[in-house]
Parts: sequence; C-alpha cells; structure tokens
Amino acid sequence: MTAELLIEQLLNGLQFGFMLFLMSAGLTLIFGVMGLINLAHGSFYMIGAFSAAATFAFFNSFWLSLFASFSCAAVVGVIVEKTIIRKLYNRDHLDQVLVTFALILFFSELIRWIFGAFPLYLDVPKILNGSIEIFGGIYYSKYRLFIIFVGLIIATFLFFLIGKTNLGIQIRAGQYDREMISALGVNISKLYTLLFGIGAALAGLAGALIGTIQSVEVGMGEPILILAFVIIVIGGIGSIKGALIASLLVGLVDTLGRFLIPWVLQTITNPSDAMSIGSAIGSMLIYILMAIILILRPTGLYGKKLS
Amino acid sequence: MLKIINLILSIGLLLASSLVFADGHKLKVGMITTLSGGGSGLGIDVRDGFMLAVKDSKDIEVVIEDDQRKPDIAVQLADKMIQSEKVDVLTGIIWSNLAMAVVPAAVSQGKFYLSPNAGPSALAGKGCHENYFNVAWQNDNLHEAAGGHANSAGFKNTFILAPNYPAGKDALTGFKRYFKGSLAGEIYTKLGQTDYAVEIAQIRASKADSVFFFLPGGMGIGFMKQYAQSGIEIPVVGPAFSFDQGILKAVGEAALGVKNTSQWSKDLDNKANKKFVSDFQNEYGRLPSLYASQGYDTGKLLMSAMNKASVKDMGSFREALRSADFDSTRGQFSFSSNHHPIQDIYVREVIKEGDILTNKIVSVGLKDHSNAYVSQCSM
Repeated sequence: MTAELLIEQLLNGLQFGFMLFLMSAGLTLIFGVMGLINLAHGSFYMIGAFSAAATFAFFNSFWLSLFASFSCAAVVGVIVEKTIIRKLYNRDHLDQVLVTFALILFFSELIRWIFGAFPLYLDVPKILNGSIEIFGGIYYSKYRLFIIFVGLIIATFLFFLIGKTNLGIQIRAGQYDREMISALGVNISKLYTLLFGIGAALAGLAGALIGTIQSVEVGMGEPILILAFVIIVIGGIGSIKGALIASLLVGLVDTLGRFLIPWVLQTITNPSDAMSIGSAIGSMLIYILMAIILILRPTGLYGKKLS
Repeated sequence: MLKIINLILSIGLLLASSLVFADGHKLKVGMITTLSGGGSGLGIDVRDGFMLAVKDSKDIEVVIEDDQRKPDIAVQLADKMIQSEKVDVLTGIIWSNLAMAVVPAAVSQGKFYLSPNAGPSALAGKGCHENYFNVAWQNDNLHEAAGGHANSAGFKNTFILAPNYPAGKDALTGFKRYFKGSLAGEIYTKLGQTDYAVEIAQIRASKADSVFFFLPGGMGIGFMKQYAQSGIEIPVVGPAFSFDQGILKAVGEAALGVKNTSQWSKDLDNKANKKFVSDFQNEYGRLPSLYASQGYDTGKLLMSAMNKASVKDMGSFREALRSADFDSTRGQFSFSSNHHPIQDIYVREVIKEGDILTNKIVSVGLKDHSNAYVSQCSM
C-alpha cells in the first residue's frame, strides 16, 4: 500500500462525510428543534435527484439542475410541512413514524409513476470532469473535490445561521423550550415551516450531487437515510456541530474500514477469504462505532445532558 | 400511462377469462419479481417479456407479486402462491439470494420453477432438482465468457470486483475459471453499494492492465460513471448486466466501446428474435433488454410444454420442458442434464445508433456453452 492510496482514501472518506452531513444536518435540526422523526427525509433526497435529472434532460445544464434540486425539494418540503407534518407535532413518535413512512411509499410511487422505473441520467459538467493533481503526484477526482467544497460552504453557512443570526437564536431557543419562545412572541409555526424547508433543500441538494455520479433511481434515499439517523444519534440530536463531526467520523471510518480491514486480514489468511470477511466486518464498523460512542456518551457527542 | 392501463386491462382480462373457461387445461403461473425499489427495472423487463410471450394464450393465468428485492418477502409470497393461490408454476425471481430462499422449498412441494434470471451455482450442482429449470444461464456463464475474452484481448493482469452475494461469488469464480492471467486485485463490495470511490482508488493503485466487474442494476451505473470520471484509462470488461438496454441511457457515453458478454443481443439474426424485438417495441415503446428476452423465452418455453402435456401430469410436463421445443430468441437452445441452458455466449460492444446507446455483436465468445456443475448434479 502506498501513501498516495491512503491519502486518496482519506479524501474519499471526507467527501463521503460531507455528503452525509448535508443529509444529517437537516434531519438533526428537524428532530432536535421540532421533535419530529422524519423518515421521509430520504424522499427529499430522491426528489432533489429526480428534479435535477429532469432539468438536466430539458436544459442540459448541470448548474441549473443543481439549482432545481434544492429549490424543488424545498418547495415540496414546505408543502408537506404545511399540509401534513404540521398535524403531527403534538402526536407521539409512533404516529410520526407511521405518517412519514407512508410518505416514503407515496413519494416512491409518485416518482415511479411520473418518471418510470428505469434509472435516469445526470452528468458531471466538463469543468469538473476528470481528476486533478493535488500535490506530489496525488490525483483526485475534481467532482469529488467539488462535493467537499460544497459541503464546507454549507457547513459554514449553517454555523453562521445558527450562531450569528436572529433566526439561529430562535432555533436554539426552540430546542430548549418550545412553549417559552412562542410565549415570547416568536411565530413558531413559521419557524418550523422554514426549518423543514431548509432540511428538505439540503437533502435535495445532496441527492443531486450524489445522483450525478451514481444512479438516479426510485428508492435511492433509503440507504442513506439509515446512515443519517446513525449520524444524528452519534452526534447528539439537534446539534449541527455534532452532525458535522459525526458525519466526518462515519465517512472516514466506513471508507477506511472497507479498505484497510481486508488489507490487514490478507496478512493472516488468503485474499479471497480476507476480502469476504473484511467486507462483512467493514459494513458493520459504523454500527460498532455507534455502539461504543453510545456506551461512553449516551446522548451522543454533543447531545444535551440527560436531566 | 396508457401502457399501465393496458397492462392492468390485460391482466384483468386474463383473470376474467379464467372464470369463464375454468377447466383442467388451465395453468396458473405465480410470478415473484422485483417491481419496486432499486433494481426494479430488471423485474419489470422480465415481467413485460414474459407477459408478451403468453399474451395470446387463453390457458395461462399469471399472478404477479413484487418481492422488493427482499428474501423474506419473496418467501412469504411463495408460500401464499403455493398455498392459497395454488399455482402450478413459479417464476420471476431476479436475485440469486432470493432464489436460494424460495426455489428449494417450492420445488420440493411439487411445483415447477422456471428461472428467468438467477442461476446460482448451488442450484446447478448438488442442489439441483428435477422441477427446477433455468431458462437464462447458470450464473458463472457470462463471466466465463468474459474471462475467455480477456485472454483473447491479451490482458495479463486484471482487477476483479463483484458484490458480496451468491451471484457475485459465482461471477468471480466463473471469470477465474477461464482467465489465464494473474489478478491485480479481487474485491467483494456490499450488495446495493452505489459509491465506488474506495474501489476505484485501489484500481488506480493496482497497476492492473484491465478491470472486470459484475455489478448489476444501479450498482453498475454508479461504478461506470465514477470510473469514467476518475480519469483512469484501464479498459473494462464485464457481463451484459451493466451494459444492457435498460441502464445504458443512465450510464451514458462512459459505456461507449466497452466489450461485454451476453447470451442475447438485439441484433441476433434469427426469426424469433426479430419478431420479439419488434413486438416488444410495439407493445411497450422501448427497446428490450436481455432480461426481457429471458422473460420472453421463459414464457415461450412454458407454452411449448403446455402444448405437449398437461401440467397435472408432472412427468410428461417435465419431459416436455426438458426437450425445450420452442423458438428461442437466442437461436440454438437446449438444456443440459442439470436443466441449465446450452447456448452460445457472445461478445458485444456498446455502440451508438443515432442518439441511442445499444449493443452489437462482435464475436462468439463461447460456442454451445454448458456449465461447470453438470457432473455434481445427480437427478
């Protein structure tokens, strides 16, 4: 194994982590501030990817399709919040799970009905195609660097939003005492709609960014939704900082685990066994990580202390 | 939309006609296939191909259910079809892990199973059964041809990867059986994985002269796009699954020129295939894939057996199936003693016809190819 390979894998881990952050940031805000378990978050990811693919087919522009992804997802998010989710805030978690699970089925069927069951096409723009030499003979995909870059921008934006703006103060206050801030004259239902829209937009953006190098197909949101839940639990529910750190942690552990474990096992057994055992352990690794962190810190890395 | 209405109507008509002509000649088929979620394109093609083949038969009733690519759901559906629907023949499963969960129990309960896709080695060798017929291929077959092609293309050091499930293991076994060069690396990925950055980095570092991969459905789309995007210029070889009609559009130009191996191609020159390709386009408004051809051949095989014997007479019906007396879209088609196809496997190349990406045959990879498990099967 060479240092180049290790560095490339580290970058892959970072890129995966930032992608997960886009998904989990919205989820953790919605869960932490609004107290809502939103299983349909993966559907916004899918909606983002499909609206990007549809826009791409019409205008053949990657940038326009990227814009379409988060705006469509935000619009759908706001509509869903105003019509359905709003009725769930005072219900218990089981009702929320049932309704948002129903939304997954609804959106999957709707998308299949509109676009058909065959995967759609989205392509990387020319400027981001191919790879670039970072330093000392290490080449890395331009598009993946772009994803890392977008992730950094979004993270900065969210920290600014939460830490430095009026809206951020309301969001943070909402996490601690919902009734008090509405008593202080903050329009809580407007705040919730806005938050839900932001969460959906981030998921939609993630869908388009990932759909471009993977496949845009029905059901693409569910596998990543599970990871996003793992992340918000590790990071501590409601904490953007926790979501960021947990995303990068999960991204790196998953990527490096998948690659290093079989490599280590190869020294003690034959390559093909090492590969199948290694990939089995590799896919368990993030759940093991979650278990360890929850044993040490039951509310996650940056979660509120249990009172 | 019209297509969906048509389909519903035709299924409805089939059901209605069964009420009118309820007699002993009728045959009930239970189709369990993947119609939702990831990989649904494959199941839809198999279903559409099968329904096209049996469209004009009044004596076949088809019950179709969606397994969602989940083994537990497939098992439940099979139980329901056998016990309450009382089907005579089961078919439709795409994925080998689902086939392993369903097929052994179904055939031991006295049902026929005709596989339009999955052909795990376990069901070809020691686990073979007289009521199990595979109409597509034994899983290893296309990969064996890919191994043979890699030799003739002069590749000496290949990097190979496949998902970690029965068909993935069969794929790499099949490739290695025929490939004479050395392996630059061997990777099993997670089933359903769509990001291959980790594997592509390893390919880049491996100094391989070629890459062989088996990643069916959406997995292959992700891999090919990311591979093309990474700027690595090592040639790839693969079975038809990642270069077939259903997904070529989603892979895009990245697939152009790639050699892939298949038992079927749209441009195969025989009467049955020409009729199939044009009928399929008329019926569904899209080009058929190899999965559709497999579904179609399954339907035609079933009808040929029905013309010879009643399904109630299991012995004669089995003999009728075994004789494979139908016009396959693949031309020559017969069964080996373990009920898997003996057929030619071709090397195809992805080309562009106008604006549409499709395949054309460049050579015959393996002639009259059977499978490696015949001797292990005793029935």
